[in-house]
Amino acid sequence: MGAELGKYKTCVSARSTDKEILKHAQDGGIVTSLFGFALDEGIIDGAIVAATKEFAHKHPEKAMMDNSNMEFHEPWRPIPVVITTKADLLAAAGTKYNLSPNVSLIKEATRSFGLDKVGIVGTPCQMQAIRKGQLYPIGLRDVGASIALALGIFCMENFPYQSILQLVEDHAAMKMEAVKKMEIGKGKFWVYGKRGQVVQLPLKVTHKYEQPGCHVCLDYVANLGDISTGSVGSPDGWSTVFVRSKIGDSVWAKAMAAGCFETQPIEKVKPGLEMVSKLANEKITKNKATVESRKTFGVGKGLRIPYI
Amino acid sequence: MADKITVGYTHLSGCTGCTVALADNYGGLLTLLDRYVDLKYMPTLADARHVQKVDVSFVEGSCCINDKLAVEELKETREKSTVVVAIGGCACYGNITRFSRGGQVNQPQHEAFLPIGDVIKVDVYIPGCAPTPQMIRNVAVMAYLLLKGTKEQKDLATAFLKPLMMAAQRGTTACFCDLMTEVINQGLCMGCGSCAAACPVRAITHEYGKPQGVRDLCIKCGACYNQCPRSWFSFDVVENYEAINEAIMAALQ
Repeated sequence: MGAELGKYKTCVSARSTDKEILKHAQDGGIVTSLFGFALDEGIIDGAIVAATKEFAHKHPEKAMMDNSNMEFHEPWRPIPVVITTKADLLAAAGTKYNLSPNVSLIKEATRSFGLDKVGIVGTPCQMQAIRKGQLYPIGLRDVGASIALALGIFCMENFPYQSILQLVEDHAAMKMEAVKKMEIGKGKFWVYGKRGQVVQLPLKVTHKYEQPGCHVCLDYVANLGDISTGSVGSPDGWSTVFVRSKIGDSVWAKAMAAGCFETQPIEKVKPGLEMVSKLANEKITKNKATVESRKTFGVGKGLRIPYI
Repeated sequence: MADKITVGYTHLSGCTGCTVALADNYGGLLTLLDRYVDLKYMPTLADARHVQKVDVSFVEGSCCINDKLAVEELKETREKSTVVVAIGGCACYGNITRFSRGGQVNQPQHEAFLPIGDVIKVDVYIPGCAPTPQMIRNVAVMAYLLLKGTKEQKDLATAFLKPLMMAAQRGTTACFCDLMTEVINQGLCMGCGSCAAACPVRAITHEYGKPQGVRDLCIKCGACYNQCPRSWFSFDVVENYEAINEAIMAALQ
């Protein structure tokens, strides 16, 4: 286990001690609990999260930017919003498995939303965008120092909304509004219905629906988050947590002292860090090959490679 | 004085917004001038206004090729500077001056404006309209480290400035269309939202998580393209964001 897991100070398996949060959470409720704690403590004034379109409809003042086909009824379509209360956090909890351009709000959060200390949750690529934006703030005036807590989530790949629609309605034969939860784990794409039905699709089926931009991504565990988390490596209902930066270390220590989480040593849980490492290496190896193949994509013509 | 780098600032056809952004470093600007930078000439912030021999010159604004004086000053800047930095959208990409058709008082014949890279060789770009105070600060500190730092600092500054040097080599156009042709059409966009956040005129929205530009609003500043993590991304630099941010802040303490 090495570079594929990024730099980190500590790694544990954790879950929230807040029963209400666990009811809404994807796994261990890490992101929701951390933002809730950070809001209570004034570490952040608000956070950019992926809420649902229904939430954005109800609270148009909290959402901006992604306004395409807003009149359509589209369950499970995430919309980036700025939330400032715990109730709103809960409404946005859980993974949606399709694109939510959270970074699009990073400047606006400090402008019309008036936040001095911004929290943001995002995928590894979004953490890369955040850190590039802090070092090279080309269009992000006064934003970098306002980013008070950036939480990264593990990510193998993401899907366009229409891909999720196709997977749920065509492959799993379930209506989007009837879905209670979606999950990728144990080599399957799981769709849980509100009436208790469960459909599993082999990941082989999902691959062709993946967003192409994900195939050049060389980060699985959000190496650049202050804290990053995901289900992989931990038992059901728990999350693996990497505490990475000084900010992350300080916030995590305070949250632990406040009793926000129960934890287990990552060495003691199954499947443990080996599984995280294995999947990270799989992703990075596969995508490095994709990046390499871009050089010789055409006849005497290659595709662009962003990495320098 | 001996340890400072000499800096000049040439002001062509720009709105002085870049100058204001530089000044908006407030105390940081004073620290820069105090410890790292000997400002040799600058139309707005220094007594000396004419181009002199310097280590680094910043050029704000595009170059009106119908204005003999502007062309001469730009050429002289190139001749007398070791490093030329194009600061702001107009100098890098033409920006709003691309839309000039002349006819304005009191020089109606001044109608053709080019990014400075179309007239002279440019070494480093600081895009953005306006460029941010923090970006100008970071480049200024890195330029100092490049010229006066230890071996380690030189390496860091080289790695940091490399993408901005590559941007200068890449060319003199960048607008939302470049995001389309070089990122989206190339299958690289992953819907992070950076472009919309960076756009100074809110010309970019997202539709189903992917950027859509209102091209009539686009002012061709290049902020979206250069902010995008899939236009250019340096793992060497960005993975050390914490240490680099701390080093920059420490330099300005």
